[in-house]
Amino acid sequence: MCLGIELYKKMYLIRKTEETIIKYYPEDEMKTPMHMSMGEEAIVAGVCQSLSHDDQVFGTYRSHALFLAKTGDVCDFFAEMYGKDTARLKGKGGSMHMCAPMSGFMGSSAIVASSIPVALGAAYANKRAGNNKIVATFFGDGATDEGVFWESMNIACLMKIPIIFICEDNEFAVHTPGTERRGYSSLPDIIAKFNCNVLKGVATDVEEIYQTTMEGINLMRKNQMPVFLHFKYYRYLEHVGIFEDFDAGYREKEEFLKWQSIDPVSRQRSNLLSNGYDEKEIENLENEIDLMIKTSIMKAKLSPFCDAEELFREVCR
Amino acid sequence: MRQITYCDAINEAMLQEMERDPQIFVYGLGVPDHKRIFGSTKGLVEIFGKDRCFDMPLSEDAMSGFGLGAAINGMKPVYIHIRADFLLLCMNQLANMISSYRYSSNGMLKAPMVIRVIMGRGWGQGHQHSKSLYSMFSHIPGLKVVLPTTPYDAKGLLISAIRDEDPVLVFEHRWLYWQTGEVPEKSYTIPFGQPNVLRTGKDITIVATSWMNVESVKAADILEKRGISVEIIDPRTIAPFNVEPIINSVNKTGHCIVADNDWVEYGFSAEAAALIYSKCMGNLKSPIARIGFAFTPCPTARHLENAFYPNAINIIRCIEEKLDLSPTDLTGEDFYSHENRFKGPF
Repeated sequence: MCLGIELYKKMYLIRKTEETIIKYYPEDEMKTPMHMSMGEEAIVAGVCQSLSHDDQVFGTYRSHALFLAKTGDVCDFFAEMYGKDTARLKGKGGSMHMCAPMSGFMGSSAIVASSIPVALGAAYANKRAGNNKIVATFFGDGATDEGVFWESMNIACLMKIPIIFICEDNEFAVHTPGTERRGYSSLPDIIAKFNCNVLKGVATDVEEIYQTTMEGINLMRKNQMPVFLHFKYYRYLEHVGIFEDFDAGYREKEEFLKWQSIDPVSRQRSNLLSNGYDEKEIENLENEIDLMIKTSIMKAKLSPFCDAEELFREVCR
Repeated sequence: MRQITYCDAINEAMLQEMERDPQIFVYGLGVPDHKRIFGSTKGLVEIFGKDRCFDMPLSEDAMSGFGLGAAINGMKPVYIHIRADFLLLCMNQLANMISSYRYSSNGMLKAPMVIRVIMGRGWGQGHQHSKSLYSMFSHIPGLKVVLPTTPYDAKGLLISAIRDEDPVLVFEHRWLYWQTGEVPEKSYTIPFGQPNVLRTGKDITIVATSWMNVESVKAADILEKRGISVEIIDPRTIAPFNVEPIINSVNKTGHCIVADNDWVEYGFSAEAAALIYSKCMGNLKSPIARIGFAFTPCPTARHLENAFYPNAINIIRCIEEKLDLSPTDLTGEDFYSHENRFKGPF
């Protein structure tokens, strides 16, 4: 199937899954803090499309999009949100700590920047094994305030580790804007001083993000230097939770409306239509995904919880 | 049997394990430099090359996560810190990531990494080169904590740590590096959770960790001349901590001292005492005593440092009090002196 459709399917799955969370979250059965992905779909879908199934990704507490883009497993996703026995993690991870190594989703951390060096070590192991696997580590701009981010950049460049750093820059660390956190003006400019490949974009055109990522991967294969991708996006919802927070005063709704007019999901749908795709065909794909989501959440709701003994499993003795 | 030093025992364990398993690599600040972590990493870079034995930027935090990442992807990292104090720079990765990766992935990913750390002491090391800190890590579910005392333990426990499927911190006392003892040439393991009875006795039980075993043995030697028989048990691993042999001993002797190579407050000695009390209450003839560092940062001046660290004399006086003995005349006794071992400058 064509690239444009594949990218759209990934984004549609992510968007609709989160819309379903918004619908059911008030029932208070998904007892896990939701850091919603809405707005970042194009970055995650574009990067993941450029990776193979065996390539590995590391995420943050805002990883719904990444998990779904890399694994496509909405069934396991909802089972974990409900903390049910049918989830691979059986409720030990929740929204912030998903994990599906068999699909290359190697984990996500709720402590900002903490999975970046872990991704680095995983990439080092791949390099040593000579298996050509790529590791991609996703983080927000807040992570670049952390010392460990700079330590990791330095090590990756020093040791020529095949890794893609993806900074999803939404301008806010929780509610604190970049202007109150940075003693410099351009992150990509600073990163460009390292021995690595720096590429950037404004991130709602998923095909452009895919192309940028592929360009980065080709450069990395050629010059053996890590890749740093910097993509701007806008976080649609509050830092944590399912609501808007434009009345909180730290950001303007006008800004959101500007970004919404170039919303990644509807933008790609329009692209497909203007490229001559049959709308009926697109609707059929959408209906399939809708049904899959609906079935997954119903299955999750009906599944049992694991036994209490599970508490003690998988902790070393 | 062949006698070698604690340091050479560690080195031999590293050599034999790296020979056995090509997935093992060793790294840390100074690991391949001319000093080779007091000699404990000598020969490794020459035999196994820079891919498997390498130095690093001063990025303790990131290099902790780096080890975790390599471990979940099938490798066996051994990460070395020349002082335990530096572990605090790794605390986020240790407490938030390494300890819980197996649990939070529900066993799909495991983190079989080893972190070797050296506890410094003496000659003005001061408050940032002398901490023990092992109790802090024992408090966190998902980390194993090992304290080898003898050269035999140093080799066997390190090999066990490397072969373990979970993260293990191995705390080595700098002064123990010079101790010699019997160590088999062939490779061997020591299971975790098996305390070592250094000496059997019937009058009092001492639970001692790391260097405090040396002080306890000295105290026991001196009191033996007065007919006092001291049982000394080294837990060897404090996470997991197998208290059963200690309980059996205390039920027999009725007296117990926990001599820990750390501060007393909120440390291993409190955990040990609580567990012993819970099983020995009716058989205790005196309250459990705890001996450890003075509750201050470690000073540098010699006379203050001497007051900071507990020694065999403190243990002797404690035993005398418990057993209602008159003070032993210690004239002419030869106590361990770091002074005789190490002359500055550092």
